[in-house]
Amino acid sequence: MSVPNDRKYLKSHEWHKLDGDIVVIGITQFAADELTDVTYVSLPKVGTKLTANARFGEIESVKATSDLYSGISGEVVAVNTPLNDNPATVNTDPFEAGWMIKVKPSNVSELEALLDAEPYKASSGH
Amino acid sequence: MVDFAGWEMPIMYRSIVDEHNHTRNSGSIFDVSHMGRLQISGTDAISFLQWVFTRDVEKMKPGQCRYGLICNEAGGILDDVIVSRDKKHWLMVVNASNREKINAHFHKVRKEKDFDFDLADNTESTAMIALQGPKVIERIGGHLEAVKNLKRYEFVTDTFMMLVKYTVSRTGYTGEDGVEVILSNKMAPMAMKALAGKFERPDATLKPAGLGARDTLRMEAGMPLYGHELSETIDPISAGLSWAVSFDKPFIGSEALKKIVETGPTQKLVGLELEGRRIARQGTAVTGPNGAGVVTSGTLSPTLQKSIAMAYVPAADAIEGTVLSVDLKGELVAAKVVKLPFYKRQ
Repeated sequence: MSVPNDRKYLKSHEWHKLDGDIVVIGITQFAADELTDVTYVSLPKVGTKLTANARFGEIESVKATSDLYSGISGEVVAVNTPLNDNPATVNTDPFEAGWMIKVKPSNVSELEALLDAEPYKASSGH
Repeated sequence: MVDFAGWEMPIMYRSIVDEHNHTRNSGSIFDVSHMGRLQISGTDAISFLQWVFTRDVEKMKPGQCRYGLICNEAGGILDDVIVSRDKKHWLMVVNASNREKINAHFHKVRKEKDFDFDLADNTESTAMIALQGPKVIERIGGHLEAVKNLKRYEFVTDTFMMLVKYTVSRTGYTGEDGVEVILSNKMAPMAMKALAGKFERPDATLKPAGLGARDTLRMEAGMPLYGHELSETIDPISAGLSWAVSFDKPFIGSEALKKIVETGPTQKLVGLELEGRRIARQGTAVTGPNGAGVVTSGTLSPTLQKSIAMAYVPAADAIEGTVLSVDLKGELVAAKVVKLPFYKRQ
């Protein structure tokens, strides 16, 4: 399974993509496949302040409920609300349409501590 | 693949929801070989079973199966099992997670009461396959002659392709029609191929299904799972299983259970339908007008497209239509008490 090179990763399967001065966060196909059919994604409101390595939300599937973590600190500037009606997008297109939140980082250098594509793949047993 | 009571088993083959829906619409094959298969025979087989099992076995005819409980002296459930009467012996199918415990319990009882019977554990030399769904009987009836005339909770032993001896019962854990087949584990792969055909094909009538779908199916059917709705600190009366308890004969736990029936259980197992699509999993706190309760199982029902759960709540709140509150990590969600099962096949 390939994992895009244009972003960074947490071992817990959240991808972080720098887009201008905003970081977009979602989960990988590997994580979505492990969860199987996603039924609900619980995301923070716009304006919420996030702390690096803290939980920002929750994702539920028929199989399990898992926490979602942000690798960076910052403020939530956008939330993918269509996921409320269509949580399955996370399974079908987790790297693009399945994005979850957009964050204005308080310290963009925090991204450097995250994993690149290959180390992430190795750490997660792809 | 995950470790389930010491057995390596698949959570799913394709997707839990896909396998769940295929079971309800067509049919699925589950490898349930992990379940314990015990054989009881001998002079005191009936006396022994009457003493450890909550159902009356004396009047069972060969070819019949009965669901019931094995309890401890306090009336707590040690396991839920199916007992089948064959011509010269009895078969008991137990939960994989309780196999060791039940074996030890039976040895202890045999010694204490000086019963004369033989107990064999055939789990590791046999395989067990469940075929469940509306198209199962029609699909396998051509191969397994014996299946066509089998009624629910009946079983028969026959030979397949002239060399594979098998036992087939019209039982299951999904709320659908279907069978459970027991056969020698050496013959199982060959029999599966012959029986189910090419089940990797996208248009296959019968497809494999794993533990994930097994759980969502049984939950919709309101069927309890040991370790969730049943445990050693829960009695059959509170669990809604009074129908599986016969006081016509004394058994381990009968005195304690009679008291519970008399005074009424303080907590009862109910079905809950939650508002919204969030899932209440085991351990989730429930609150109602008469106190606190706890969720034992929950999922988003693929068939009903509703968030469903089973929970123990104070008896006074266990009334159909009562609205309770479920705490989902700080978010309070309304949950209505509904009758079990959530789903019944037509």
